[in-house]
Amino acid sequence: MTRKGDVTLDCVGLYCPMPIAATARKIKELQVGQVLEILADDQGIKEDMPAWCRVTGHEFVGMEEEKGQYKVYVKKSK
Amino acid sequence: MKDKVTLVVFSGDFDKALAAFNIAVGAATMGMEVDMFFTFWGLNIIKKNKGPIKSKGIMRKMLNAMNRGGSKRLHLSKFHMFGVGTWMMKRLMKDVNFPQLEELMALAREFGVKYIACTTSMGIMGITREALIPEVDTLAGVATYLAEAKESKVNLFV
Repeated sequence: MTRKGDVTLDCVGLYCPMPIAATARKIKELQVGQVLEILADDQGIKEDMPAWCRVTGHEFVGMEEEKGQYKVYVKKSK
Repeated sequence: MKDKVTLVVFSGDFDKALAAFNIAVGAATMGMEVDMFFTFWGLNIIKKNKGPIKSKGIMRKMLNAMNRGGSKRLHLSKFHMFGVGTWMMKRLMKDVNFPQLEELMALAREFGVKYIACTTSMGIMGITREALIPEVDTLAGVATYLAEAKESKVNLFV
C-alpha cells in the first residue's frame, strides 16, 4: 500500500537533528488532520520520528523503507 | 505546563558544544522549554567572534588573549592538532550536510532556546556582557540554574 501525504518534506542527505527540526518547522504550515510526508535517508529517523510524535502529540501514521530511503508519515493532530 | 530541559554547558570544546546544541535543538523542536546555562569554558561558545574582549588587569587580559573564544575558534577535545583536526572535522560535517555550529545555534534560537551566562565565571575571567553575543537572555548565578533544573525533567552537564 502506498500512503500519501498532503505535503512532502525532503530531508534526504540530512542528519539528526535536522530532519526533526525541519519537520517541526514544516508542520506549523499544515492544517490539523493533514499528513506530512517526510523523505529521509538517515536511519536514525526510524526511532526518532515516532519519539518526536510521542512527545509533541502529532500522530505517527507509518513509515515505508526502500533501499535505505525512508518515507515517514506524520498527521498534524493539534 | 511545558516540559523543561536544562543544560549546563561547562565545556568550551567544539565537539561538546555540538552535542549540547544538538540536544537543545532536538528538545526545542519537540516542544520543550530549553535553558542553556553557560559557565566557565562554556562561555567561549557564546563569546562574539569579532572584536576585542575588554578586561581589566594584566592577568585577565592575558587570559582573554590566550582564551579568546567565539564559536568559530573552539577546539576539538581530541585531535585538534593545532587546528588541522578541527578543520578536518568541520570539512567532514560539511561533507554529509551536517550544519555548522553557528547554524545549530541559529536553529536553537529559532525554536526559542534560552541562553543564560554565569556571572561568577564572567567576573573571574573578566568577561563583560559586551564580549558575549547579543542572544544571551540572562546573566545569572547558581540559584537561577537550580530553580530551572528543579523543574526540569532532563538536566545535563556538558
